Amino acid sequence: MSDNGHHILPLKLYITVFISLLVLTAFTVWIAQFHFGALNTFIAMLVATVKATLVALYFMHLKYDDKMNAVCLLSGVFFLVVMFAFIAIDVYTRVLQGSTL
Amino acid sequence: MAHRITDANGNHYAFHYKNSEHEFEASKFGVWIFLCTEILMFGGLFVGYILYSGLYPQIFEAGSQFLDWKLGALNTVVLLLSSFTIAVSIRCIQVNDQKNAFNLLLITFLCGLGFMGIKSIEYSHKFHDGLLPGKYFNYQLHHNEGHAADKAGHEDGHAAEATTHVSELPENIAMYFSFYFVMTGIHGSHVLIGMGLILWAMIRLKRGDFNANHYTFVEGAALFWHLVDLVWIYLFPLLYLV
Repeated sequence: MSDNGHHILPLKLYITVFISLLVLTAFTVWIAQFHFGALNTFIAMLVATVKATLVALYFMHLKYDDKMNAVCLLSGVFFLVVMFAFIAIDVYTRVLQGSTL
Repeated sequence: MAHRITDANGNHYAFHYKNSEHEFEASKFGVWIFLCTEILMFGGLFVGYILYSGLYPQIFEAGSQFLDWKLGALNTVVLLLSSFTIAVSIRCIQVNDQKNAFNLLLITFLCGLGFMGIKSIEYSHKFHDGLLPGKYFNYQLHHNEGHAADKAGHEDGHAAEATTHVSELPENIAMYFSFYFVMTGIHGSHVLIGMGLILWAMIRLKRGDFNANHYTFVEGAALFWHLVDLVWIYLFPLLYLV
């Protein structure tokens, strides 16, 4: 802690997070060569989300911040999911009815 | 600056805040609200990309073949490194090590430059081949027999394989490049803006504006830079790998 209360993280933590991000990048490249069909996109997005979480928690200090900042980020993600869900329902129910887009 | 108050420890803050810490937290929350709007803007593009790739997988599969995953992976590493260096740079300011903080900001800026350099190599290659969005797509016109044979001579089987795909390209493949150029283009403009912010932070750091008790601007610029990294973390697998 500095005198004004900012949390100073150990340098080792930053290095660990950086190396984890590199390992996850290598993993996502490696796993992409196998063809699991639709599962490929799911795995890629899952790994990307793990990487994004690491960046947000440690590089962007969300883990140690006022929780209001995390609420702000998650509210954006929540409304993104809402947008995705409703557009997906609209588009795919049209496809099932045989309509062309 | 008018209406700035100086407390007993020499920290400055605007008159409507309780103290400098209050000002720092309020500014940071403001940046987070801005980042939230950025997520929703990029999010709209991602939603479009994912839904259209679900409807027309053959277009996106054919389109991504024209992207070099090695350049994409290299750019991912470059951006991750820049995120790491700017995070450590803030740590340096927190312990009043302005010299290393400056050097790390410089490395971050150079990483941004490297990212744009690799991006421009990719873009110019696509411009040359006519792999352009929408009605500007003219890949077949460019690739006459001579050019294909010339390319095949250079890269043996690999290029020959690529030319056989030309006749098999799905209709409306240009849609893939519309998504590609809009998404990477908006992301690239964010990289340029982020580089500008980092440059300004470097100038102000040299001027002696920042210390362990006051580095609000660098913190905001770093948060923006991390967001640019976050967007690329999702863009790379979507565009290059899937």
